[in-house]
Amino acid sequence: MSENIIKITGVKKYFGGVKALDGVDLVIKKGEVHCLAGENGCGKSTIINVISGFYTPDAGTIEIDGKEYSKLTTQMAIDAGVQVIYQDLSVFPNLTVRENLALNMEVASGKKFVSKKRFQEIALEAISKINFKADLDEMVENLTVADKQLIAISRALLNNAKLIIMDEPTTAITQKEVKNLFRVIRDLQKQGIAILFVSHKLDEVFEIAEHFTIFRSGKNVFSGRTEELDEQKFTYYMTGREIQEEAFRYEKRPDAKTVLEVRDLSLANGFADCSFSLKEGEILGITGLLGSGRTELAETIFGYHKADSGEILIHGKKVEIGSVKDGIANGIGYVPPERNVQGLFMEQSIADNISITRWKDHADRLGFVNEKSIEDSVAHWVKELSIKINDPQDNMKTLSGGNAQKCVLAKWLSLDLKVLILNGPTVGVDIGAKYDIYKLTKKLAENGLAVIIISDDIREVLSNCNRVLVMRQGRLAEERMTSELDEASLSALSVE
Amino acid sequence: MNFKRLTKKTEFYIAVIILAFCLLVQVRSGQFFTGNNIVDLLRSMTIPMMFCVGEMMVLISGGVDCSFPAIASLSMYFVCTKMDGMFDNPLPYFLVAMLLGLCMGAVNGFIVAKFKFPAMIVTLGTSSLFLGIMQGILGSSEYPLTSGLYSLGSTKLLTAVNAKSGLTSDLPVHFAFMIILVILAWLLMNKTMLGRAIYAVGGDEVAAARAGFHVFGTRMFIFCLSGALAGFIGVCRSSMLLTVSPNNMIGMEMDVIAACVLGGVSLIGGRGGIVGAVLGTALMTIVSNSLILLGVSTQWSRVFTGLIIIVGTAVSAIQEQQRKKKLFVTISDKAEVKG
Amino acid sequence: MNKGKSSIDMRMFTRDANFIRLFIVFIAVFIICTALKGTQFLNLGNFQSMMKQFPEYGLLAVAISLALLIGGIDLSAVYIANLSAIIAGKFLLSMAGADTADGTVHVMIFASFGVAVLVGAAAGGLNGYLISGFGIPAMLATLGTQSLFWGLGVVITGGSSMSGFPKPLASMINKSIGAVPVTVILFIAASLLAGLVVSRMVLGRQMKMYGTNNKATTYAGLNNRKLVVTTHVIAGILASLSGIIMWGRYSSCKADNGSSYTMQAILIAVMGGVSPNGGKGNIQGVVLAVLIIQMVSSVLNMFNNIPTACRQIIWGGLLLVVMIFNYVVNNRSKRH
Repeated sequence: MSENIIKITGVKKYFGGVKALDGVDLVIKKGEVHCLAGENGCGKSTIINVISGFYTPDAGTIEIDGKEYSKLTTQMAIDAGVQVIYQDLSVFPNLTVRENLALNMEVASGKKFVSKKRFQEIALEAISKINFKADLDEMVENLTVADKQLIAISRALLNNAKLIIMDEPTTAITQKEVKNLFRVIRDLQKQGIAILFVSHKLDEVFEIAEHFTIFRSGKNVFSGRTEELDEQKFTYYMTGREIQEEAFRYEKRPDAKTVLEVRDLSLANGFADCSFSLKEGEILGITGLLGSGRTELAETIFGYHKADSGEILIHGKKVEIGSVKDGIANGIGYVPPERNVQGLFMEQSIADNISITRWKDHADRLGFVNEKSIEDSVAHWVKELSIKINDPQDNMKTLSGGNAQKCVLAKWLSLDLKVLILNGPTVGVDIGAKYDIYKLTKKLAENGLAVIIISDDIREVLSNCNRVLVMRQGRLAEERMTSELDEASLSALSVE
Repeated sequence: MNFKRLTKKTEFYIAVIILAFCLLVQVRSGQFFTGNNIVDLLRSMTIPMMFCVGEMMVLISGGVDCSFPAIASLSMYFVCTKMDGMFDNPLPYFLVAMLLGLCMGAVNGFIVAKFKFPAMIVTLGTSSLFLGIMQGILGSSEYPLTSGLYSLGSTKLLTAVNAKSGLTSDLPVHFAFMIILVILAWLLMNKTMLGRAIYAVGGDEVAAARAGFHVFGTRMFIFCLSGALAGFIGVCRSSMLLTVSPNNMIGMEMDVIAACVLGGVSLIGGRGGIVGAVLGTALMTIVSNSLILLGVSTQWSRVFTGLIIIVGTAVSAIQEQQRKKKLFVTISDKAEVKG
Repeated sequence: MNKGKSSIDMRMFTRDANFIRLFIVFIAVFIICTALKGTQFLNLGNFQSMMKQFPEYGLLAVAISLALLIGGIDLSAVYIANLSAIIAGKFLLSMAGADTADGTVHVMIFASFGVAVLVGAAAGGLNGYLISGFGIPAMLATLGTQSLFWGLGVVITGGSSMSGFPKPLASMINKSIGAVPVTVILFIAASLLAGLVVSRMVLGRQMKMYGTNNKATTYAGLNNRKLVVTTHVIAGILASLSGIIMWGRYSSCKADNGSSYTMQAILIAVMGGVSPNGGKGNIQGVVLAVLIIQMVSSVLNMFNNIPTACRQIIWGGLLLVVMIFNYVVNNRSKRH
């Protein structure tokens, strides 16, 4: 028997030409709460998918409980006692809550038949662990994100796991539910079960974890006990920079005009009575849990949803925004949170992805496109945003997350925007590109663009915005200047 | 299950529509609820219903199978001509046809699961291939039914006589097969983990793989099963008609897929069930068979089929769109702006 | 450095690799056909008869290619073709009887072509609206309209073939300019226009983007509904042209003419490099695939011992082989 539940040595994983993992090690002892930290795009999610057997690594060894696996499958990982709470939750929308809770365990135990009684018992046991109240007959597709997250959590706690991996398990749930989860984690720990906890919420990880492993750009940069870290060191390891990026300083110009004003905007099951305004040159942060209505608010301003009531004013003039086309016509750009699904056409060329919003302007009156002028424009933006590409005709798929995100930005910047909304701008983006994006955003604001950043990365909001709105349960609950806040206080505000 | 939840289901609406339509036909013609009309309807829905069972499972797993009429025709034609008179017992004919169907289904399953091509285009291709083998290589034509199947084909469950017109209608033994098949399919889909795997794969393939379901295996199984079922149904069809009529099932795929979707089976996968598929088929059959009773020329039957497909799928498509658009933010009651 | 340069050259090559591959296949098929049948294949008469055959299903293939490009399919194209010919035929019969003056007949024939195109556009528009307005998957929507158009055709013709059209109709469609039949010129003109739309115009670019990811097109501010409706209207018009050709060629129209063309047209589209998953392809590839299929088909006809039904085996098998071949080639080029 080994004292380590998992030992990973020299694991490499490539996607196309992108190195997601470049020879990483990870050792977790039995009964340990281990935190895996790192900025967006450092390879955290990739290593989790490797441990769960979903990705096959290109090199390196995986040892679970002293046994080495040359080709780990998801079933083998489950049998070896690995349970994962995935960031995307991995629940079945078309099945009931009961089935979602019980299925994984029944598959693992090799059951051939469905027994409603057994399903019921398993499901009840699962939800009792974290005091989660749910209608077991409801279809999961009808639940809120928070409830789906609670299902994913309680499902993982059920199995006779030896290692439970939690990838950002608290993005949608409230403080009370987080407390419950932590209580369960400590119980599990007493039973000798190890937890790998992945979160970017600093207060949470320092509270629960005993041991830290930090990744940066697919490599190990730190492994040791929590006591060895303080916030400064932690930041250094995460970012690779001694000094924090200088926070955004908003120079309040007396002649700055209000660009966007939102008055009592409401959308059923989205948000209610939201009012705020935004001046040129400002960067406004909007934060809150997943499912707090922050994305719905942004998408309504952009025109993806149509508001039920309320007004949107651009430069003091009331505008009707009923479609994305209207939003764009009014100078609003939106970088959506799910880059690969909502933002980009992965199977099409980089050039087409960047130029799509401008084709009509590059075409003659009959609709024939001027290829040369598109090429020039694409080349301009590739240079301007220092996007690393071989050929603009290459598939979008060949780019890393950071470069891909820059392409989404280029698509919007090539238009004449008044307001740019960035929703989760640095999710899945490597560090270099991340700071490029921050720098670019600040430059855009200095040039007079009004920017909104929606993010649950507290650090990102604090260092890039001059003002922040906190959303809770579909309403704007707080409005603060970032200069009066620190990470702990803002974090506390959003989960209250 | 409470009544409110029941009324949200597609199955409920289809049942209501069927009932309303039956009553309409009864009022207009007075001939709907007569023994022989009911038996005629049950008889003509036997084969489509059996096909529907297979197609429903393929659809729920997230695929689609357009090749089952071709599989059914080819395996039926092969056993009925190449094994003509070899056995007195019908069983070997069914078994060999099912085996042939299984192999053809495996071809579909392998190509779809391995290369992840759109199942519709793949099965349209294999459909052409299988029909070509039957018509080109086997040179198919009308052929007398082999004696081994003849006695099975003429077995009747019951005979209904219309008191007014004196017309009689027989309910063939295949109707019982159909009922058994429906029950077995219901058990498979709802009471076995394999059934859950089919729903899971159709609902979210990645989540299914992570939960430990065998996605490739499940897809293979589904297409093999659909193929084997088609082989079985092909032999049923010829024994029911008491003649080997090779081209008689061609084109049924479209009506069957439409019937499934009408009954609430999602084309994207993961949603629907046997009850819906059965009701959908029943509705399609009843409408197209009752046009005469309503005094509509049979020339209009295709138009009506088309309209049913369009209206029925539009309703479920709109529901699907609304489901996708639905937002899930729980909004707190009171405003609380601070700061 | 050297390596970098060669990889760029490779890309220049692979960008049109599919077309080059098709061209090689085209030459190979041509040589094989010549080798198999010698002068029976390689003579003017055979080429003229081939040219008479392919425009009708070639146009359908182009129509279905457009539907595939936006990630959908059009199973109703053949029946749009028949329905437009039937309605145009009805119109022509009511407008021009046996005693109508020659000049009027010609005008009326052209007017009936206009009617056919209008019917095609309307039918395509209905398809597009069902798909984008109600969100019905393209396969089901066009399956439903297939049945509907077919059924309407049956109702209008009473289930039989409609004939007795003025003589100039057939002579107009079957005329040749030099050695080239009018129908081939029509096919070239229509596919040239469709090709320009797909490769050179904003609309075509938007279609391909929609075909790969219709969620992202919404977020990019494209009008998805307009895009889908326009695409299907164009497909409907192309189908109606095919209907006009069949109508003239047979001097009659029927609700279920050319029902095997659907499968053949899908094969041609996929063979021509249109991705069955949507978003990729061009019309020049489809045109080349039409010619390849026509040569194969003609040579098969020359073998008396091969039953016509065997062609289905070849079409179906070829479709699968081409799809798998493209998959393997694309995957290999990805790895390098």
